[in-house]
Amino acid sequence: MTLPMPPPALPRRRHILAGATGLAMGVVLRPASAAAGDLAVAVTAYTQGAPVRAGKVKLDVAELVDNGNVVPITVTVDSPMTAADHVKSIAVFNEKNPQRDVARFKLGPRAGKASVTTRIRLATSQQLVAVAQMSDGSYWSHTVNVIVTLAACIEGDP
Amino acid sequence: MARTLINAPSTARRGEVIEIRATIGHPMETGFRAGEDGKVLPRNIIQTFSCRYNGELVFSAELFSAVSANPYVAFHTVATDSGTLVLSWEGDNGFSQAESIKLVVTA
Repeated sequence: MTLPMPPPALPRRRHILAGATGLAMGVVLRPASAAAGDLAVAVTAYTQGAPVRAGKVKLDVAELVDNGNVVPITVTVDSPMTAADHVKSIAVFNEKNPQRDVARFKLGPRAGKASVTTRIRLATSQQLVAVAQMSDGSYWSHTVNVIVTLAACIEGDP
Repeated sequence: MARTLINAPSTARRGEVIEIRATIGHPMETGFRAGEDGKVLPRNIIQTFSCRYNGELVFSAELFSAVSANPYVAFHTVATDSGTLVLSWEGDNGFSQAESIKLVVTA
């Protein structure tokens, strides 16, 4: 009486197993690719589709971060900061926090020096991008990879 | 009133680039974190920071959840005339605070 039962259970178990691995792969792969795409989308939204060139901008951040809750960053842009040639704005984006935006700064010739420092949170090891908008309408960027050992958002308050 | 810590020179020569560093006591609750009851804590962040030099906007910042608690911002400005610099912070739940510092500019 119990013999006919096991045969149908085996294929079903295999089916579930196959489904589970497929699901796991989907879970692992999707956030990574979506995040990388998100970063590009966020930068494009900021530049309104204008091309972004690498250079002029220096995003200064420790490559190995001990505490993701407080990560000092400094963005410096090579610019004379005159009325004719200055930095209009600087934006910082991240790859894997829950939100792509980190901070946006508005500067002008009155700033005298295009250098801004702040402290940010990083949820995990990821890419950071600083984008600067010049007065002539061009955009320049610097991308940095950061390794975070203690992540923000997970391991309690700073 | 949140506590603030502002570090800036009190005197400068005309045309000199001065650095202003400002911190304000604020939790900067991200809106992505769960509390002890498992519910997501509502977002409570400072959204904007600005600096007005004798009424003219010289620097402003838009902050997001990724900025650390007790947000710190350091920036520069050119000392043009003696006067007042007003630093103001605005955020969620009607948060608004302004602090002013005096700057004496010598020729």
